Amino acid sequence: MGTLGERTAVLGVGQTKYQSTRGDVSIAGLVREAGLRALEDAACTWADIDAVVIGKAPDFFEGLMMPELFLADALGCVGKPILRVHTAGSVGGSTALVAASLIQGRIHRRVLTIGFEKQSESNATWALSLPQPFSVSINAGAGGYFSPIIRRYMARSGAPELIGCMVAFKDRQQALRNPYAHLHQADLTFDQVVEAPMLWDPIRFSETCPSSDGACAMVLGDEAAGDAAEGPVAWVHGTAMRSEANNFPGRDEVSPQASRDCAAEVFDKAGITDPRSEIDVVEMYVPFSWYEPMWLESLGFAERDRGWRMVEDGSTNLDGGDLPVNCSGGVLSSNPIGASGMIRFAEAALQVRGMAGNHQVEGARRAFGHAYGGGAQYFAMWVVGADKP
Amino acid sequence: MVTVGSVDPAPLRADLVIEYPFTRTTGPVVGAFMTGLRDGRIVGSRRADGRVFVPPAEVDPETGDAIVDMVEVSSAGVVETWTWVDPPRPGSPWEVPHGLALIRMDGADTPMLHGVLVDSVDDMATGMRVEAVWRDERVGHITDLVGFAPEGTDTKVELAAGETALTVGAAVAGEPVRSIRTPIRLEYDFIPSAAAQEYLRAYADKRILGNRSPVDGAVFVPPRGVDPRHGVEATEMVDLADTGHVGNFCVTHLPIPGRSDLPTPYVSAWIHLDGADIGFLGLVSGCDLDDVRIGMRVRAVWKPDDELGATAENVRYWEPTGEPDVPVEQAGNQAWSAKGSPDA
Amino acid sequence: MREVAVVSSAIHQVKALTLTTDVQLMVPLINEARDAVGLTQADIGFTCSGSSDFLAGQGFSFVQTLDAVGAFPPIAESHVEMDGAFALYEAWVKLQIGEVDIALVYSYGKSSPGSRRDVLAVQLDPYAVAPLWPDAHSVAALQARLLLESGAVTVEELAAIAVRSQRNAVGNPNALRASPDITVDDVLAGAVVADPLRASDLAAEADGGCVVVLAAGDRARDLCERPVWIRGIDHRIDAHGLGVRDLTLAASAALAAGKAAERAGFAADAVDVAELHAASTAQAHVLATAMGLGGTTSGNGVRIDPSGGSLAADTLMAAGLVRIAEAARWVSGGDADRALAHASSGPCLQQNMVCLLEGE
Repeated sequence: MGTLGERTAVLGVGQTKYQSTRGDVSIAGLVREAGLRALEDAACTWADIDAVVIGKAPDFFEGLMMPELFLADALGCVGKPILRVHTAGSVGGSTALVAASLIQGRIHRRVLTIGFEKQSESNATWALSLPQPFSVSINAGAGGYFSPIIRRYMARSGAPELIGCMVAFKDRQQALRNPYAHLHQADLTFDQVVEAPMLWDPIRFSETCPSSDGACAMVLGDEAAGDAAEGPVAWVHGTAMRSEANNFPGRDEVSPQASRDCAAEVFDKAGITDPRSEIDVVEMYVPFSWYEPMWLESLGFAERDRGWRMVEDGSTNLDGGDLPVNCSGGVLSSNPIGASGMIRFAEAALQVRGMAGNHQVEGARRAFGHAYGGGAQYFAMWVVGADKP
Repeated sequence: MVTVGSVDPAPLRADLVIEYPFTRTTGPVVGAFMTGLRDGRIVGSRRADGRVFVPPAEVDPETGDAIVDMVEVSSAGVVETWTWVDPPRPGSPWEVPHGLALIRMDGADTPMLHGVLVDSVDDMATGMRVEAVWRDERVGHITDLVGFAPEGTDTKVELAAGETALTVGAAVAGEPVRSIRTPIRLEYDFIPSAAAQEYLRAYADKRILGNRSPVDGAVFVPPRGVDPRHGVEATEMVDLADTGHVGNFCVTHLPIPGRSDLPTPYVSAWIHLDGADIGFLGLVSGCDLDDVRIGMRVRAVWKPDDELGATAENVRYWEPTGEPDVPVEQAGNQAWSAKGSPDA
Repeated sequence: MREVAVVSSAIHQVKALTLTTDVQLMVPLINEARDAVGLTQADIGFTCSGSSDFLAGQGFSFVQTLDAVGAFPPIAESHVEMDGAFALYEAWVKLQIGEVDIALVYSYGKSSPGSRRDVLAVQLDPYAVAPLWPDAHSVAALQARLLLESGAVTVEELAAIAVRSQRNAVGNPNALRASPDITVDDVLAGAVVADPLRASDLAAEADGGCVVVLAAGDRARDLCERPVWIRGIDHRIDAHGLGVRDLTLAASAALAAGKAAERAGFAADAVDVAELHAASTAQAHVLATAMGLGGTTSGNGVRIDPSGGSLAADTLMAAGLVRIAEAARWVSGGDADRALAHASSGPCLQQNMVCLLEGE
C-alpha cells in the first residue's frame, strides 16, 4: 500500500485542439503548442524543465523515425535528457508513467511529458495494416480486432444491443463541453447513432473513434514544486503498468488478466478498496463504445456482466452520474493515437485540479486515468488526487 | 534449432515494400523556406542576436524560443565539408554519382545539406565556392534545387528526361507553400523464419502445421518456434486437421486496403482448428452472414491444386460443415480451460 | 540513490539472421541471462526493451517480441523506440524508486532485411534533409572530413583506431570483424565507401540482440559473485541539425560524461576500460576526446574498446546496450575494476549516454 519514492505533482497541462488535420503547423509546431500551454499552466519556462519524455505510436504514421531526434530543439531539450516511449495505443499513458518515474526516483525535479500524433501526414488505416507477406490479409484495422471480443462480452453478459450506442452518444455529448475535442456533433441524436452504418458488426461507424492530429503535454514536478505552485496541482497517488502476450490458450480477451492486475496494483497503491465509491471521475481509453462497460468490469468499478447497467442507468454520465466516465468526450471524440493515453491522464489531473471547465465534475477529488494498447495487452493507469497522498 | 522436414536450399522470401506519399504541412517557418525555394530563393530564419539559420530553424536550439524572422540569403556559398556518393542512393533526387556537402550560403551562419554537381570526387574540396542550380519547374520542395555547382561554371546541367536548369530562379507569384509531399519507399527482404518456412511449404501440400509447447503441450498455429506464454522454444511440429470451429468472429463492412478481391461485407473469424489451442484469422464464407456463430464447425475450402503455393492463402475460406456446434463455453479461447489443462 | 548493478548479460551478434525471427533470437538470450542468476520471469520486477519498427518494416514489431519473455502471468513492462541502453536507463530509474529490485532489459535489431544506411535517412529533418535521402555512411563521412580537416586527427590515426578494434575483437564470438595482424596500411588499402571513410572505418553492421539483468542493493550481491555497480549514468542530446552544432565535438557526450562522473565520484579517465558506441573511427575519436579518454591512443591508460567496440559489430538498436554488457563483463570477469560504457543515437552522435561502472 502506498507509493514509494518522491511525491509527484502535475503542475500543468497543455493540449492542442484535436482535429482530423492540423494543416497550419509543422510537427514541431504541433508539439510545441501543447508544450507551451503546459509550461504556461505550470508557470514554467523551458529552462525550468530538466528532462523530456515523449511518446507516440508507430513512426510509420509520420514517416519520421525516432522523432525525438528531430524534435529535441523544438522541445527546448538541447543539453538535456530525452526519452521516447512506444507501447502501442497505451503509449500516452506509459509515457506519463515514465516521466513520473523520473520524479519519483528523484532523478529530476521537473519533467515535461508529451504525446502526439500527426497522423494526417499519412493515413491511419494504412499505417495500422502494413502488409505482411505470406499471411492472409483480412483484418481491416483495430475495429476488426476488437469487435469479436465485444461480441463475446455481449453474449456473455446479456447486455441490451444498444448499450454501445448509449456510450457513444454520451461521449459525443460530453465532448461538446470540451473545446479541445475533435468531434463536436451538436446536432447528433441518439437515433442517428443507432442508424449509423455498421463497420465491424456489432460496431457502428458512430461507435468508433475518429482519426485525429494532436498533442497533449504535462509538466510534472516533485513535492517542493507542487507545494510552491500557485495554482492547484494534482498529486499522483498511484501508478501501474502491465503487459501480457496477446494470443495464448485460455486467454480472457474480454477482461485480460493484465488489466485486472494493473488496476489492482494502482488502487492498492492509492489506498483505494472500493473504486466505485472512492473514485470521483474516470478517464478511460474507449476507442469503441462497448469498451466502457467492459473496462468498468475489468477495472473493478462494476461486477462481472454488470458494467452495462451503469451505462444504462446513467451512472457514467457527467450530468447526474455517480461515476462520470470520459467527461472530455474520450477517445471516441478525439484520437491522436500517440496522445490519447496521455489525454486520459491529463484530463484526470484537470478534474482534481478543478480545471476541467465545462466538463468539470463538481467536487472531484480523486480521478482515474487509463490507457490500453496492442491486442488489449498493454495497460497503463494512474490515480491522481487533489490532496497529497 | 528447428527441425526442417525437407531441406530446400532456397528459402522462401518475398519483397516487402513500405511506401507512402507523406504529406507534411509546414507551418509558417518551414513554409517560408519552401516558398522561397519555389521562387528560386534561399531563405533562412534569423534569431534576435542576428544569427541566421539555413535551413531555417523554427526554434532556437539554445533557449527553446521560437524564431519567426525570415531573411533571404545568397544562393551562393562555400562548402564546409563534403563526401562523395557513388552510386547515388535509391530515392534520392540524383541519378549519377555526386557530391554531398554542408554548404554555407553567404549571409547564413549555418550550412545546409545538398548535392554538389561535379563529375568526380577529384573536383570536390572544402572551401570551394558553389552556387545553386535550380529546377525549371519548382513547387516548393528541397529538390527545387537540383544541387550546387562550382561558382562561375556553365551551369546548364543536363538532367533526367532532358530537363534543363537555371542558375537564377525567377520569382513565381502565388500562394505561400503550406505543405510538401515527401514520398518514402523502403524495401525489405522478407524471409520467414525456419519454422514459418516449414509451415508455408506444408501449406503447399495442403497440410497445416502447428507448434507444440514443451511445457504444457499447447499447440500454436501458425508455428512461431516459441511458446509465448512461457517464453521457451517450441520445436515440435504437429499436423493439424483442416477442420475446426469459429472461436470468435466479426462481420466487416470496410474494405481492406489491397484486398479488392474481397467484397464487403465479409466475416473474419478466429479459426480454432481441431488439435490447436489458439486461433488465427480466416475468412468464413459459404453461408449467410447471419448464420455465422461462435462454436460453428468449419472446414477449409482450398484453392485448386494448380493454384497452390507456399502460403496460407491456399485456403480460400472456411465453410460450415453442418456438424453440431461446439458449445459457446467451450469455444475459442475457452476451450483450453474446458479441457481442464494444467494452467486453466 | 539506490545501488543498482549489472548482474548478468547475454549477447548474440551475427552478420545476418536470416531464418531466425526477433522472437526466436531473444528466447534463448533472455533465458540465458535469467538462468545465469537463477531467475525466472516471476522474479523480475520490471522489464524494458528497445527496438525499432523501421527495421522490421512492421508497425508494432515489438509486440511480437514480447512472446520471448513469457509475459503471462502479466508483467510490468515498457518499451522505448530507442537503443536498449535507454531501456536500461528507464529500468535503472524504476529501480531507484524502490518498488522493485530486479529488472530485465533487452534489445535487438535485425537490419539485414533492409538497407540500413538508407533507412536511417528517415531519422533526419523530414522537410529539408530527409527527402535528399542522405544515407548514414555519407552523413558520418561529412563529420569525418570535418574532423580530419580540423587537424585533430590524421587518416593514419583513424586507421589505427580500426586496427585497434579488429585486433581487440579477436576471440570475441560476437564480433564480426576481427584480425590479429591487421595493419594501418591494410586499412588504408581498403575501398573508400563514403569519402574519406573506408570500409574498416565504418562499424560492421550486425543483426543480433542483447539482454542485461539489473538488481538493486543486496539483491545484486545475492545473485552474483561480483555485481557491477552503475555508479553514474546520464544521457543528453544535442541540436538535431548537422549544420547547427560542431560535429567534431559531441558536446552531449562530454556533458553526459561529466554528469555521470558527478554521481560516480570518479571521471571517465579513471576507468580501466571503455566501450564506445561509434558508427565510425572518426566518431570513436570524437567520443574519446569528448569524454576525456585521451584521443586515439590509450594515452592515459584507458583501454578503449577491448571487445572491439561497435566498430567490430554494430547491431542497430542494441549496440549501446551491448557496450554496457561488454563493459560490465570486463569488470565482473576481474579484468577491470572500473569501466565506462557509452551509447549513442541519432546522426553524428547527436544523443549520448555515459554509464560509469565499478565492480564490487
